[in-house]
Amino acid sequence: MMATTLAQKIVARAAGLDHVTPGDVITCQVDLAMIHDSGGPRRVEPILQDLGVGLFDKDKVVLISDHFVPGDTDEGARILELTRQWAKQRQVTFHDGEGICHVVLPEKGHLKPGMLVVGGDSHSPTGGAFGAYMFGVGATEMAGVLATGEIWLKVPQTILIEWQNQLSRGVTAKDIMLALCGKLGMDGGQYQAVEYTGEAIAALSMQERMTLSNMAAELGGQAGLIGPDETTLAFLKQAGAALDDVDWRSLKTDADAPLMARHVFDAATLTPQVAAPHSPANSGPVNEAPKTNIQVAYLGACTGAKYEDLRNAAAIIKGNRIASGVELLVAPSSVQDQTRAANDGIIGILEDAGAKILPNACGICAGYGTHRLGEDVTCISSTARNFKGRMGAASSQVWLGSPFTVAASAVAGYITDPRPFLKEEIAA
Amino acid sequence: MSSRLFLFGDDIDTDQLAPGQYMKGGIEELAAHCLEGIRPAFASSVSAGDVLVAGKNFGMGSSREQAAEALKRLGLAAVIARSFAGIFYRNAINLGLPVLIAPDLPELSDGDIVSLDLDQGTLTLTETGRVIQLEPLPDNLKVLLADGGLVPHLKKRFSKERNKEHGQCA
Ligand code: SF4
Repeated sequence: MMATTLAQKIVARAAGLDHVTPGDVITCQVDLAMIHDSGGPRRVEPILQDLGVGLFDKDKVVLISDHFVPGDTDEGARILELTRQWAKQRQVTFHDGEGICHVVLPEKGHLKPGMLVVGGDSHSPTGGAFGAYMFGVGATEMAGVLATGEIWLKVPQTILIEWQNQLSRGVTAKDIMLALCGKLGMDGGQYQAVEYTGEAIAALSMQERMTLSNMAAELGGQAGLIGPDETTLAFLKQAGAALDDVDWRSLKTDADAPLMARHVFDAATLTPQVAAPHSPANSGPVNEAPKTNIQVAYLGACTGAKYEDLRNAAAIIKGNRIASGVELLVAPSSVQDQTRAANDGIIGILEDAGAKILPNACGICAGYGTHRLGEDVTCISSTARNFKGRMGAASSQVWLGSPFTVAASAVAGYITDPRPFLKEEIAA
Repeated sequence: MSSRLFLFGDDIDTDQLAPGQYMKGGIEELAAHCLEGIRPAFASSVSAGDVLVAGKNFGMGSSREQAAEALKRLGLAAVIARSFAGIFYRNAINLGLPVLIAPDLPELSDGDIVSLDLDQGTLTLTETGRVIQLEPLPDNLKVLLADGGLVPHLKKRFSKERNKEHGQCA
């Protein structure tokens, strides 16, 4: 057998081929299609009607409402209603108001290692954390997938990103990604398969790994893979995924497989990072950033408000108050994560410090609802991207940082290194 | 056909092409605000057949295909860039908007008069006669573009399949 990569193994299987060559255009059978309220029903149904066909397989389609939840504008409410009607009519699995699609999909056990999954959203590489080849497409292409169950792709090469040693306390997957965006650039992934490996990655929880895979989108990769291991299996079992037919041990990049590139970094020397407006690639160590006062601290989105993100923020905020003049807004990524965080007292800690809890949805990150950043507002955010005007007024300034950094900055009133706060916590 | 060249830099993102606050409106409205954050008069100054040329990673960001649709609606004949973000590239082809990669773009000026030959994959500068070679499109994408995008392409495929079924019945 020729040595090959995890990505190539998955796409070859999906195309029914024994072997694939990078660069070749192949047609794959899709194991699962995920759509949301924004790019989903309202956009794909007219195309399906136009084509005069139904879904290729209703059991392989998962619909999740998140972008326009809670429907706080007339238009948003109308889109949600249309989404709900469509779910009934087309009889697909529908998670309504349960959280952000990339978090809900694995949480509900829909993903398995080795699957080829297409998502109607650019952060679909998140599925790669579970060893699935998952990538994002636009609505027209999604309609094509829903109609045929097929999609073409160029067999990807693999860019291997290895993080040796262990991350220090207060340094997270978000810091890894901001550092990578700065070092490799937003086209560093060259629309190939990015794969994360090394000791630091193996030690990460699934929620942290999801942040790495999610932000493969910011690196411009098509997919962001992590080879499945015991950590993956434990998560998926708990989520109720049926894993009997999954040969997860074979789902890895062979040692001598040809790669497009291999980048090696030392996790032990990485410090908390922030990205200045208006690009995730404007990144650097937080303690080298200019002193920047903030008015809003946002803990939200698929990469920044999962259970562990909230727990990290709470570790800093406990016993503190939010600085005056700062608003801390928290939109937990899913109902399940919020419930767990509430049961563990984490939501209480955040609220006691003055945080405002928002619906389990994309919220300000998508910029579609009534909550948007005003003129000239400076915000530190745990989201994945800070393009100009995305979260509100074109004059708003969004910095990106980990949940630790967002929380520390909310307490300080300006963007700051979270590690001194953690030392206090340990000393106390 | 000669057309005007609109020159942009690197990393033009989908929030510039299709600003979030107009996403609830129709494509007309989005197109009218396309790229206004960088160049306020862009939408009003483009004419049908014009060509947009950009640097690397054009169309990065969200999967919203309105980013490509807005450019098509404005009548652009093609987008040429050093490189494209993957999802934007796929969306453009699916919507029938030609996107061409030109890894070695020479120095160009905004407002240059050019002529584009999609078949040959060349862009010619009218004033100097200089010809810029663009990367050829993969065959499957040529077919999609020739059919006018994914939807017309699938219509053709489904109607063929239906005819075949009918043929077998008869
Ligand atoms: S939370 Fe933000 S990044 Fe995540 S899916 Fe929603 S809009 Fe996209």
